Amino acid sequence: MHVLIMGCGRVGGALATTLDREGHNVTVLDVDERAFRRLGAGYQGKRMVGNGIDQDVLRRNGIEGMDVFVAATQGDNRNIMSCQIAKHIFGVKKAVCRIYDPIREEIFNELGIETISPTKVGAALLHERITGS
Amino acid sequence: MYIIVCGGGKVGYYLAKELIEADHEVLVIERDAARCDLIADELGDIVLKGDACEAVVLEEAGTARADILIAVTGDDEDNLVSSQVAKHRFHVPRTVARINNPKNEAIFLALGIDSTVSATTAVLTAIEHRLPTHPLIPLLTLRNGGFEIVEVSIPEDASAVGKRVGDVPMPPHSIIALVVSEQGEPHVPTADTVLRANDDLVAVTQRDNEEALRYVLTSAHARAR
Repeated sequence: MHVLIMGCGRVGGALATTLDREGHNVTVLDVDERAFRRLGAGYQGKRMVGNGIDQDVLRRNGIEGMDVFVAATQGDNRNIMSCQIAKHIFGVKKAVCRIYDPIREEIFNELGIETISPTKVGAALLHERITGS
Repeated sequence: MYIIVCGGGKVGYYLAKELIEADHEVLVIERDAARCDLIADELGDIVLKGDACEAVVLEEAGTARADILIAVTGDDEDNLVSSQVAKHRFHVPRTVARINNPKNEAIFLALGIDSTVSATTAVLTAIEHRLPTHPLIPLLTLRNGGFEIVEVSIPEDASAVGKRVGDVPMPPHSIIALVVSEQGEPHVPTADTVLRANDDLVAVTQRDNEEALRYVLTSAHARAR
């Protein structure tokens, strides 16, 4: 699988490291090259510096040949915009987007992008741990 | 009309001021408290402090009854999201977004924003005819294969002037599809068509060969084959 991950924070970095170890073809994109320190020691994939809401940057980093695009920066709006570009402009089949704000997550899920809200997931897990159900 | 302006920076401030003078009902949504105070001091009680990308804030702003929502913050992604939330959650009939990257225009329109305004494009248009270089104008990017359709104008001093199309050393995967003469007469060229100064050409090329194509068609020093 060819995967482009935008945002090399803790989540993006860990995901990239795991997918790379599993043998997938991984490219990580971040505006700050210092972020690449979060990649695991054995990471063999590509590290690219650039802004993922710029279509030229996405194209340069091979968006057209990707099977999966993941947006995992700290900014909900950046994630939303880049995922929509990946899906609707470049036709990437699977574009997954992290959105902290649960309401925005709901709206853009309705608009056709795959979304995950760590806020909702985290709250649900905590609830489950506390109540045991 | 009820008009919501997202972003109370310089653009948002002067826009709100003009709209108020034109007797519209205006609300500015701005994140920064100091900016809010400044706008309230100057323009009156027409500011709501908050993030215009959040549905809760837009709800409080009465977005459902707005005629137009205009997003003019300095960040394209924020303008896109507030316009989309306004359109899809609150069914605002008309959304306008400010963009900084001119290439986002096509993207925003494809994603349902009604219109975009770009200062970058406005400045480019204003100076276009004074620029000494002769850029390729991308008309259309085809989704697969990296092909694009571009327009290029032949300058008077170009070495391509007076050449047969067949003698122009075209880069790989590139072809001249249409020649529009200075008089506006379009025709499909053959190898024997002679290029003239101020012809407008429509060409198909690959992104990587764009610069080479520009060089052979517009440079005064392009070498003959």
